[in-house]
Amino acid sequence: MKKIQAKKLFKRMGALVAGVVVLACSSLAFPLTAQAEGKYTYCYDYWGDVQDSPDAYEVAAVLTCDDLGLEKPLSTTANGLTAVGNYIYICDTGNNRIVQFERLDREHFTFVKEYTEFKGNVEVNTFNKPRDFQINEDGDIFIADTDNNRVLKLDSEWNYVMEFVKPTDNTLDPELVFQPTKLAVDTAGRVYCIATGINKGMIKYEADGTFSGFVGATPVVYKLWDYIWKRYFTTAAQREKMANFVPTEYANLYMDHDGFIYACSANLAEEDLKSGSAKAVRRLNLMGNDILIQNGEFPVYGDIYMGNGGGYTGCSKIVDVTAFDNDVYVLCDKERGRLFTYDSQGRLLFAFGGKGNIDGYFMKDQPIALDHMGYDLIALDSLSRTLTVFTPTEYGNLIYQAIDQFDAGDYEASGNSWKAVMDRNGNYDLAYIGVGRALLRQEKYKEAMEYFELKYDDDNYSRAFKQYRKEWVEDHILVIIIVLFAILVVPMIIGRIGKIKYEIDTADIFKF
Amino acid sequence: MLTSARIEAFKRYWKSFKFAFYCATHPMDGFWDLTHEKRGTYAAANTILLLTILARIMKLQFTSFVIDPVYWEDINIFLYIGSIVFPLAVWVVGNWALTTLFDGKGRLGQVYIASCYCLLPYPLIQFPLIILSNMVTKDEMQFHSVLSAVSLIWVIVWIIFAMGQIHEYSFTKNILFTIASVFAMLVIVFLLLLFFSMISQGVAYFISFGKELLFRLS
Repeated sequence: MKKIQAKKLFKRMGALVAGVVVLACSSLAFPLTAQAEGKYTYCYDYWGDVQDSPDAYEVAAVLTCDDLGLEKPLSTTANGLTAVGNYIYICDTGNNRIVQFERLDREHFTFVKEYTEFKGNVEVNTFNKPRDFQINEDGDIFIADTDNNRVLKLDSEWNYVMEFVKPTDNTLDPELVFQPTKLAVDTAGRVYCIATGINKGMIKYEADGTFSGFVGATPVVYKLWDYIWKRYFTTAAQREKMANFVPTEYANLYMDHDGFIYACSANLAEEDLKSGSAKAVRRLNLMGNDILIQNGEFPVYGDIYMGNGGGYTGCSKIVDVTAFDNDVYVLCDKERGRLFTYDSQGRLLFAFGGKGNIDGYFMKDQPIALDHMGYDLIALDSLSRTLTVFTPTEYGNLIYQAIDQFDAGDYEASGNSWKAVMDRNGNYDLAYIGVGRALLRQEKYKEAMEYFELKYDDDNYSRAFKQYRKEWVEDHILVIIIVLFAILVVPMIIGRIGKIKYEIDTADIFKF
Repeated sequence: MLTSARIEAFKRYWKSFKFAFYCATHPMDGFWDLTHEKRGTYAAANTILLLTILARIMKLQFTSFVIDPVYWEDINIFLYIGSIVFPLAVWVVGNWALTTLFDGKGRLGQVYIASCYCLLPYPLIQFPLIILSNMVTKDEMQFHSVLSAVSLIWVIVWIIFAMGQIHEYSFTKNILFTIASVFAMLVIVFLLLLFFSMISQGVAYFISFGKELLFRLS
């Protein structure tokens, strides 16, 4: 901590001097330009220092309700956004409807249709505060119809098929009103949903609508001291009023192309995140086990600095997550309005965004809904009622290209792509490591080691070094044997000769 | 004549330096002879201290990053040197100040020489470890960290032994006074902090007083 503080002071002084110089120059020659650019995208280096990065995403368009062609604007509580093929669906929670848009080109969307009801023989065939919308591969539609206390299943023609209702489970409070909020649907038609007030994990329904259990509950986090205090030093009446040690509820779900569910939690304590007892994002398999890989220098929880200031407090609050087909995933932080992109190894590729009324920034404290089309990101800011479309820049595309080429086994091309990334951002650790990994796969160990050493990647360095050492020993085996021989045997021979000489010198028969 | 005296002096120094190696393997009679037979010299003690500091600095630069990554922006070489010299100085003064009140036979200089002689295992192990660190992978790091720990434990245990010998203490008394010396060190550090903060307060007072005065007069 002290290190960081001292470092910051030093940096601030540097920045001050630089700022004064820049101000002096610019006031002489040019008018001041807008300051919004520059500090938008960043990444962390090995030491956790923030390294500015070229923008990996640029704002293609910010679309208001008017731009989208909506007659009745979205409500400020709209919060479900799902991209399917070329269409996006938004759950307009406040207006009890689902709206569909089609993407025309990079920056244009057009309104297709709004859905306020569905056909079918049920009591209520309208929506009441719907919060999530999913379509599975067969075209079946699943809607979290929150205030109607059900998850709806409709066919592709919006005809009622069935509904999933409050699970009959003894551990659930009978008084509890079932309010499903977010959904994930797998290829077999099983539904995973989270609901307000249910913290036992995801509610899992079989395809036929039967409740088959809770999966993937977060481990309960509590401090030992709190436990001792509560267990031994409080009366029953006091205990009644204290908070229970319960698992945290998930904030959102996303099912990736492999059928694993990314689940994020927003209301976590800083110290639990830092100690690793709580996880901001989990990647759950069908058994509900967390299989998220965290090989980065820092855990996957967004910003690693959690200080208070500028109106922000504490850690990143991850409210949505989306994953590309190359296992790169993007987290959305509502506290600071930032998007964090991680690769499949859990290393931060880049982070960008912020709070404010500028394109590419988000409004304060509103949950942002996020989804993707290809590598384009689409974010719904419900307070400003806008859709922001982010498209990767050349730099961002190069990073994705390098990752894809590596995954495809084209190591040389991947190395070249990472070199191109390095040309654009010399402070980017992953570019060096990427080049090194490509070299390692091409069995150029010595060169790979140099790249890893530059960016302190000890795991990969060790891997390369092990091979390099092996090669070196094989090449120099003769020299090694000779040296060993010289060290071990020569002193022995000298000693033996000395001893013989001594014996001869002192032998009786030579005495006269 | 002058040269032969110098050669004599160097021989004496070299002999006392070599004696440190004997002490490193024979703590009991080694440290007894160190003071009672006067086989230790300040020159050799200083040499060993320098070697220790050198080992610590070279470790920074030449140890493989796999074992010891260094955040260079934050390194202050003087603080780094101080991190050895300051605790040693406080230890020597604290130990002497305490033992001299309780029948300790060692004098201040002897405590210093003995403590420095005890440091020898540190450079002795750390220098080869620097070379070794460049030959191991992350999985084989344990060798390195174990040996590194051995060098520190060796030094600490030897210092305790050495103090027992030069003060002519029994084993229990020695342990007791080692612990007491650590507390003495804490007291010294506390007093130093107090002293410096008082001084800086005092200086600040007079500076502001002077400023005020100038301000009024002008």
